[in-house]
Amino acid sequence: MEQLNTYRAGPDEKGHFGEFGGRYVAETLMPLVLEVERAYAEASADPAFARENDHYLTHYAGRPSPLYPAERLTAHLGGPKIYFKRKDLNHTGAHKINNCIGQALLARRMGKRRIIAETGAGQHGVATATVCALFDIPCTIYMGAVDIERQAPNVTRMKMLGAEVRPVEVGSATLKDAMNEALRDWVANVDTTFYVIGSVAGPHPYPMMVRDFQACIGLEVRNQIWAAESRLPDVLVACVGGGSNAIGLFHPFLDEASVRMVGVEAAGRGIDTPEHAATLSRGRPGVLHGSRSYLLQDADGQILEAHSVSAGLDYPGVGPEHSWLKDAGRVEYVAVTDDEALEAFHLCTRLEGIIPALETAHALAQTRKLAATLSPGDLVVVSLSGRGDKDLENVSRLAAAEEDA
Amino acid sequence: MSAPGRIAEQFARLADEGRCGLVTFVTAGDPDRATSLAIVRGLAASGADVIELGIPFSDPMADGPAIQASSSRALAAGATMATTFAIARDFRAEDSRTPVVLMGYSNPVYAFGLDAFVAEARDAGVDGLIVVDLPPEEADPLAVAARTAGLDVIFLVAPTTGEDRMARVLENAGGFAYAVSITGITGTKRASTDAVARAVARVRKHTSLPVAVGFGIKTPAQAATIAGVADAAVVGSAIVERIAGHLDAHGRAGDDLVPAVLGFVGELATAVRAPARPPTGASARKWSASR
Repeated sequence: MEQLNTYRAGPDEKGHFGEFGGRYVAETLMPLVLEVERAYAEASADPAFARENDHYLTHYAGRPSPLYPAERLTAHLGGPKIYFKRKDLNHTGAHKINNCIGQALLARRMGKRRIIAETGAGQHGVATATVCALFDIPCTIYMGAVDIERQAPNVTRMKMLGAEVRPVEVGSATLKDAMNEALRDWVANVDTTFYVIGSVAGPHPYPMMVRDFQACIGLEVRNQIWAAESRLPDVLVACVGGGSNAIGLFHPFLDEASVRMVGVEAAGRGIDTPEHAATLSRGRPGVLHGSRSYLLQDADGQILEAHSVSAGLDYPGVGPEHSWLKDAGRVEYVAVTDDEALEAFHLCTRLEGIIPALETAHALAQTRKLAATLSPGDLVVVSLSGRGDKDLENVSRLAAAEEDA
Repeated sequence: MSAPGRIAEQFARLADEGRCGLVTFVTAGDPDRATSLAIVRGLAASGADVIELGIPFSDPMADGPAIQASSSRALAAGATMATTFAIARDFRAEDSRTPVVLMGYSNPVYAFGLDAFVAEARDAGVDGLIVVDLPPEEADPLAVAARTAGLDVIFLVAPTTGEDRMARVLENAGGFAYAVSITGITGTKRASTDAVARAVARVRKHTSLPVAVGFGIKTPAQAATIAGVADAAVVGSAIVERIAGHLDAHGRAGDDLVPAVLGFVGELATAVRAPARPPTGASARKWSASR
């Protein structure tokens, strides 16, 4: 693979990361997408916007989040020194709030009076509903009926925050269908409505914009690891659904050749079964939700249903920049199963007193595997992308089913 | 220069007859392959002037509930891209005159392969392509392949498409310009006649192509109104709702399904032939086959 001078130059002016990305939307939406692009370009050049964003990130979301040396996990695995980037300690319990603050400020700047969003695990829905409460903007959250079932606590939170939660019953009734419905809503309400996309997916400029709003994660880690260890980390590990927490961690390090990066997808019941969400490991490039990227699809180009125990990873697509980084060979993408993630969930909870989200547990499971191949002098930073309170009921139910079996 | 295609010839005939055309949309393979073929075979005789054949897709983002359900029915009955081509080919074997336009989303087209797709479409007697989620910014690869194969690429112009964008949208357009009458997904809102008239006039400033109007036309009366201002009216959701309305409890086609659908198409055809008001101004322009 050819070594590039920089992996951080993308996307180009049309939103392409190599052959990936772009703007594959109906003409009705196209002028809106261009409007968001213009508004974001202006906002990102405006120091007042950055100041406002920083203000809310610091005093409302609680940034920077700690970089915690996970002593007992490190001792237990007996290999490299493991740090957790504690995004679970951000307001609303995940990294999603970073992006929602940025996009809501942009919506306000554009004079939009209503916000819509899609959500899978409910973390992005909660973060959006939270920011909409703060800024007093009416909001509607689209959520698959299956996800509403398995993420009930987050549905309650969204409603308490004043959001309208619209169940999506069509298709697989999960994240991809919620995103279809949100796009349909946006087409019908273009004048008033801003669509806050929760991951580095969707048409340009969303993959770039969401990445920029999440890049604070990696920038903080750079400063924190220098302060703690006086050097760069050796390995970064993050889970990948759409891929926003992973790109936020990876992006500031992409040009540091010594830093190895591992994105962890959901292998569900196994990548050789039909029930997984390992888009980069098992998918093919195609077009969904406004951009070209790896997709789980059949031979005829129909989108397949993804499966994961984690609602946040249960998506048959992935952000286009990850597709590009995979093909460029800069980031390794692997997949861990539901069972491996559940084991890591319990391990982290017992050893560190930190209940991770099931999404995060995938990154932890891969860290376990990696630890056996690394040496004690190595530094690993794991993205602790979210807290697991929302998953307790689901995990208890799975444990009970296991005992019955 | 290649000879004018079936789409240009059909609009020239409509101009000679001094009437508005009817473009009908059905999803290929809805509710099953045999019934779908029977419907498509009957469309022209029932008064359809252009046949839009939808390529079923699992995630039709620009479509409302009626066409989403139509796509799901076709996929559940096993429809693939091969089914779409087979229906087009069977229709073309019997009708050498009525244009067929395939309408769908990017992913099934890319999955088939652009060059293979346009070649297969041309061989099946298809005349034009509409790819809903392929704006001009991303359309070059398809537009080049389609032009090489002699297929028209039809672009949608939306109420949100500003004057500054209109030329860009229409520069590679062929066949006809498709004016979306509402800001929304298919089969939901209904546009006012004045808004449609303004939209058509706006499109005509930027193209000499015929202008078809669609997305919000549900009844013969509405079609008649459109006939007063546009060169063709597109009806989709209301037709596939007729399919949905004539399925048995198991989702299978009842005996009365095909006659019911074609009967409705006949009503629409009658309506566009008797516009609610005479064509005015620019909309009364004639199309010549030499264009």
